[in-house]
Amino acid sequence: MPRYFTKDHEWIDVDGGTGTVGITDYAQGQLGDITYVDLPAAGSAVKKGDAPCVVDSVKAASDVYAPVSGTIESSNEALEAEPELVNTDPEAGGWLFRVALSDPSELDGLMDEAAYQAYVAEL
Amino acid sequence: MSDVISIDDGLEPIETLTLPLDAWHRERGGRMVEFAGYWMPVQYDGIVAEHLWTRDSAGLFDVSHMGQLYIAGDGVEAALEAVLPIDLSTLKPYAPRYSLLLSEDGGILDDLMVTRWESGFYLVVNGATKWDDLAHLRECLPDEVTITHLEDSALLALQGPKAVDALARIAQGDVPVTALTFMKGGTFRIAGIDAWISRSGYTGEDGFEISIPAESAVQIADLICQQSEVKPIGLGARDSLRLEAGLPLYGHDLSPETSPVEADLLFAINKRRHSEGGFPGAGRILAEIASGAARKRVGLALDGRQAAREGAEVYHSNQKVGVLTSGGFSPSLSHPIAMAYVDAAHAVPGTTLEIDVRGKRLPARVVSLPFVPHRYYR
Repeated sequence: MPRYFTKDHEWIDVDGGTGTVGITDYAQGQLGDITYVDLPAAGSAVKKGDAPCVVDSVKAASDVYAPVSGTIESSNEALEAEPELVNTDPEAGGWLFRVALSDPSELDGLMDEAAYQAYVAEL
Repeated sequence: MSDVISIDDGLEPIETLTLPLDAWHRERGGRMVEFAGYWMPVQYDGIVAEHLWTRDSAGLFDVSHMGQLYIAGDGVEAALEAVLPIDLSTLKPYAPRYSLLLSEDGGILDDLMVTRWESGFYLVVNGATKWDDLAHLRECLPDEVTITHLEDSALLALQGPKAVDALARIAQGDVPVTALTFMKGGTFRIAGIDAWISRSGYTGEDGFEISIPAESAVQIADLICQQSEVKPIGLGARDSLRLEAGLPLYGHDLSPETSPVEADLLFAINKRRHSEGGFPGAGRILAEIASGAARKRVGLALDGRQAAREGAEVYHSNQKVGVLTSGGFSPSLSHPIAMAYVDAAHAVPGTTLEIDVRGKRLPARVVSLPFVPHRYYR
C-alpha cells in the first residue's frame, strides 16, 4: 500500500480509492502533547489544501490539510477518548480520517517516504 | 499542518538575543523559540510532563529575559509613588510587592514586582516591555533618581512543593531559606556566590525567585538541577501553570487598553492611594473603583477537551459579551480553561456563556480564579 507525504507533514496511505490520512512523527514531535483532535464529519467534501481537521496541543491549535480532494468516509473515533494516540502512534493507530479520492492524479505531486525523510532532514 | 496560534509575545525583534543559559538549555534538549526578543526554551521533555513535575516536585525556570532594575537617589520614594499606585510607607524591606506601571489614561503599561532594598528599590519587569519601561521611567523620574538596568544579572525561578527542600540544601544565609514566607526575601549565598532570593513566583506553587550574577548562572543552574527534586522547565509549562494559577500575562491578559479595575487587580492599588490618588490614570481608576468597570477579567472553565484560545469571542445567547485573552488545556485539571474580559453583567461566577471556536460554540462557565488553588507558604 503506497504511502505519500506532504510538505505540511501529513501522510496518506492509499488503498484502492480510499486514502487514510494522519500527521507524521516529525509533526507530532513539533506539536508536543496533543490534547484534542477536531475530526471532520463523514460525508463532507474536501478539496486538496483544505483544513478539515484541527489538532490541539497544549500550546497551539494546528490545521491538518487534506493531501487530496474527495469525500470524508470516516474519522478515527478512538481519538475522542485518546487524543494522545497522535503522539504515541502517529503513523498507524493515530490516523485522523479516511477520504474517498476524487482525483487520484493529485497524488503525483506528493513525496514518497525517502523524499520526505530528505525534506525533514533539511528542516 | 500549520500553527494557527502559537506562543509569542507579539514582537518582531531586529536580532534575537541570547541569554546566559542559552547553551545550557540546548545541551539539555530545550527546544528554543524566540520570546521577548530572546532565544528561550519552550519545552524539554514535553509541556504536560514538565507542568505536572512542577506541581508535584520542583521545576527550574530561566527568566533571565525579565528586566531587573535598581532605582535609587534623593526623593526616590516620592518619585516612584508618582509612577506606581503603590504605598511605599507600608513596604517593609526585602518583601516584594506586586505593582503596575500605568499610563495617564489608566491603562496598564506593565506589571512588576517592587522590593525595598537598603537604599533603593529593586524592580522586576516583563522582558517584552523592559525597554519601553526603562524609557518611560527615565522620562518620568527626576534627574536625582538613577535607574540601573542590572543587565549582568540572571534570574531563575525554582517552583513547586519540593523547591524548598532543594534550595535549603544549597543556599546559605543569616537565616535558612526555610525561614522565608511567601513574598519575603533576603540575601543568601549559593556555592559561595551572592544571590538575592525571594519566596515568590508565577506558578501558584511555593517557590523562589533567585537573582544571581550572569557569569555564575551556569554553575548555579547546574547545582540546582543536580538536586533530585528539580528538572528544568520551559516557557510552555510556565504559561500553563500561571494560567491555572489565574495569574495574568502581560501582553495577553493585561495591556495599555485594560485598567487595573477591569483586570481585577485592585489589590495593586494600595489602600492609601485610593483616597489620595496622585498616580497615573487615577482619575479613571478611582472612578471605576467607585462605580465599577464595564467589563472584568474572569476565569472560564470548559467541558470536554477542545480548548479555546486567545482572541476567541465570548457570547451570551447571540450577543457578544467578551473576548478570551488566554486559553488552553489545563494539564492538572484535564479540561480546557481560559481567561477572558466579559461585560460586568456576565462576570459573576456560575454564569453560563459560550465561546466561538472556528464557528463552533463551546459551552463555558464563569469560575472564580485561581483554577488550581495556590499553595503559597505563608
